[in-house]
Amino acid sequence: MRLVLALASLRRNRARTILAVCGVAIAAAMLLDMVMLSTGMRESFRQLLLSRGFQMRLTPRGTMPFDTEATITAASDVTAKLRARPEVDLVSPVLGASVHVLRGDSSITTFALGVDPQAQGDYQLAAGRDATEPNTLIANDDFLRATRAKVGDTLRIASGFDPQLRTHSGERALVIAGRAKFLYLASGQLAVAIPLRTLQEMTGAAREDRVSLFMVRLRDASKVPDVTKWMRTALPTIDVISTADAMARVDERLGYFRQLSAILGAVSLVVGFLLVTTLVTVSVNERVGEIVVMRAIGVSKAHVVQQIVLEGTALSVTGAVLGTGLGLITARYLNTILSRFPGLPAAIDFFLFQPRAAWTAIGLLTACGVLAGLYPAWRAASLPLASTLREEAVA
Amino acid sequence: MSALVRARDVRRDYPLEREAVHALRGVSLEVEKGEYLAIVGPSGCGKSSLLNLLGAIDAPTSGTIEIEGRNVGTLGDREVTDFRLRHIGFVFQRFYLLPILSARENVELPMAEAGVSAAERRERSTELLRYVDLADRVKHRPAQLSGGEQQRVAIARALANRPSLLLADEPTGELDAKTGQEIISLFGRLHADGTTVVVVTHDENLARAARRVVHMRDGVIVQDEVPGG
Repeated sequence: MRLVLALASLRRNRARTILAVCGVAIAAAMLLDMVMLSTGMRESFRQLLLSRGFQMRLTPRGTMPFDTEATITAASDVTAKLRARPEVDLVSPVLGASVHVLRGDSSITTFALGVDPQAQGDYQLAAGRDATEPNTLIANDDFLRATRAKVGDTLRIASGFDPQLRTHSGERALVIAGRAKFLYLASGQLAVAIPLRTLQEMTGAAREDRVSLFMVRLRDASKVPDVTKWMRTALPTIDVISTADAMARVDERLGYFRQLSAILGAVSLVVGFLLVTTLVTVSVNERVGEIVVMRAIGVSKAHVVQQIVLEGTALSVTGAVLGTGLGLITARYLNTILSRFPGLPAAIDFFLFQPRAAWTAIGLLTACGVLAGLYPAWRAASLPLASTLREEAVA
Repeated sequence: MSALVRARDVRRDYPLEREAVHALRGVSLEVEKGEYLAIVGPSGCGKSSLLNLLGAIDAPTSGTIEIEGRNVGTLGDREVTDFRLRHIGFVFQRFYLLPILSARENVELPMAEAGVSAAERRERSTELLRYVDLADRVKHRPAQLSGGEQQRVAIARALANRPSLLLADEPTGELDAKTGQEIISLFGRLHADGTTVVVVTHDENLARAARRVVHMRDGVIVQDEVPGG
């Protein structure tokens, strides 16, 4: 009966109720987006790091992956040492370099990854075959668009350019074996993957038996601390970055995002709370006579409060559920804008949907709805019956 | 007959800014089971204040009010609310039906509060609405009913939990003469069926229909008569 009464009360002034639900929905959408923003980018980054199961990255001492030109020497020895460990399942050496696609008098510069196709964790093949043969490469869509090439075409690619002599070095003819999506590259970045040995040969003595990065996958993720400890002792010129380390660094850099989203989320929560409080208070003030009569005929104070709180809760829950849908739509739109943020992997989602985020937003707003209804409900249920009835009669 | 209501030296003061208004100045009254009592008097004489005290929606400043042997002035909020629910039926001048509920739902409201099952509520509300000649208006909202019909729904609501005492505050005050007469007849029928009725009224016809009339002035009972008795 209380639910019937609560819903009937909300139906009494439909336009006002619909407007309030819309307001709560907008607050809920903003709250959901902020919760998604505060946790989504971090989670998305974590998922990206672990997408191919590599829990560890090894870089030249004092560097992050590809943030400098520094390389790890004696890569073959390091690879052998790593593969000799029983905990290690897969080692993927990666060399990063800029290469030039020669087209008559002009050239197009692109980022190249030298990889071991059997162990690589940098791309997902979308079409064609992998670059298992020495003079082949894998390209991304942006590269194919920029060079107007297609799978099966042969390109002349050079690894170096002397601006004074205007000559290229380390030139090779490479066949495009396949098309792939590169996991860690920014949106719009041209990229190719070339067999590691081929790229090392193209880049000459300076890069012989060198790599920029090792990605390591363990059979058992719980062994990461032990293996890290061993690596730091056995490979003193190399930095070991576990997923947890990377996440800690990401957390440092995302601090501003989290603060911003926490503030905006709190604002939207307060707005939702005030909206429901205002509506319930106005509605209660309009029905003082009815409420007092209910009390006079024997409806308990607790049940009057429950009914009014139910009204606030129904408003909040309806608004929150609608807001979840709205929040997902706006998050998708905002994500497409922010994914063009320079320097970030295109695969990173700023607004990653997690059921927990939705439940958090709905839960917080529902709690707000309950709290928003509580005070006006208690005040109305506590009015003195006789004098209020007299005032109502006079009014 | 035994006393259903026993008020002893009841006083009710309403504090104002500088001085208190003495609405009741020592009223003693007994109402027997099955009695039909009208309280009359000029405006401001304290009759509505007395009715509120008899209905346990207000507490006396001093004195005691016993209903069915219980001193309602000593009950806590939860107990007195439950007492009103199960023992007292209220009819107000302005009907005060919930506009969002149908006639049936309005009648069922006190029963739902008392924990009566849905099937029993439906049966009882049908019976009550038939009793007040509104069997064909069960699904109508108050706004779709005339004043007299609304008052009859309010009477049915007041009877929902089979109260031992039915209190009515100016029940014909908002109605025209013809409709008022229908309500007066209905009160007569309720009394004939054994309900104890106390009405506060300015309506001479309603007062004449009662078996006992209490006259009040300036917060005291000045006459207690049994017309034709």
